[in-house]
Amino acid sequence: MDYGHSERPAGATPLPTAIKILIAGGFGVGKTTMVGAVSETRPLRTEEVLTESGVGIDDLSGVESKSTTTVAMDFGRITISDDLVLYLFGTPGQDRFWFVWDELALGAIGAVVLADTRRLADCFPSIDYFEGRGTPFVVAVNCFEGAKQYRLDEVQAALNLDPGVPVLLCDARRRESSKEVLITLLEHAMKTRDARRTLD
Amino acid sequence: MTVQGESAEHQWVDDHAGPVVRPYAVTRGRARPVTGTFDLISLVTATRADVSAEVGLGPEHLAIVGLCQRVQSVAEIAAHLDLPVGAIRVLLGDLVARNLVQVREPRTSAGLPDNSVFEAVINGLRAL
Repeated sequence: MDYGHSERPAGATPLPTAIKILIAGGFGVGKTTMVGAVSETRPLRTEEVLTESGVGIDDLSGVESKSTTTVAMDFGRITISDDLVLYLFGTPGQDRFWFVWDELALGAIGAVVLADTRRLADCFPSIDYFEGRGTPFVVAVNCFEGAKQYRLDEVQAALNLDPGVPVLLCDARRRESSKEVLITLLEHAMKTRDARRTLD
Repeated sequence: MTVQGESAEHQWVDDHAGPVVRPYAVTRGRARPVTGTFDLISLVTATRADVSAEVGLGPEHLAIVGLCQRVQSVAEIAAHLDLPVGAIRVLLGDLVARNLVQVREPRTSAGLPDNSVFEAVINGLRAL
């Protein structure tokens, strides 16, 4: 097909590789805050419109009776280099959106589970999910003002975590702190991968 | 399309169908792309500097080509165009079929990437 335009030179250069890290945890724990703290732009929001059975291409009959739900995900981008782009995705808070989690978790190199010690149980579903899936994760305790400070080993025991899972304190509003969490996750993911290779 | 006349249209505009109406009007009722799967982080770049309107291309198609002069993920395109990801996938399928965009799917196979990728990301983060 000839559109009467010349090919853009950039079109010939290879596209970068994209990788993603998930930021999970309960509602209001600071997922979007952390995404915003380290991303190069303010967090973006994308939506999936879901119907119970999906909308068929030629089958619009009965659409009006299917329930539709909009699942919003906040995410950010960090351009690492010309050939590597990192995306951070905040997971949807509600458990009933597990199927969106499956799509998000596919190919993710790891996850940060944000925890609030005032509502520690809120992060249990995220931990269960990543443990079950074998996705490397770290637990970052977001230090909210006014929350009692617990020692990290207390949090680790309360969450009944595998001893190898890093637990660290963070301030999700701060770039340096959020960067440290991500770096800890990446180092942990490398170790996890090496350990699995040894087992194979 | 089995939607007929105005009575059918009314059925779309209820509380449940609300969010579906505009996106799938943009895709002319299609829920799936003609080609491709398009992960949220599939990267898209335009193959041409600009595309003029032609049959089968709507303003949203042209907007995607404009946006993808810089490499964008599917999620970013959806966010910037304020359309659900499902609708963006349909539009991208059209553009791929016409060779107007180039797409790089992320690696989604089991297993984690090599050390070089991890080290590059760690160093990149430290340098932020």
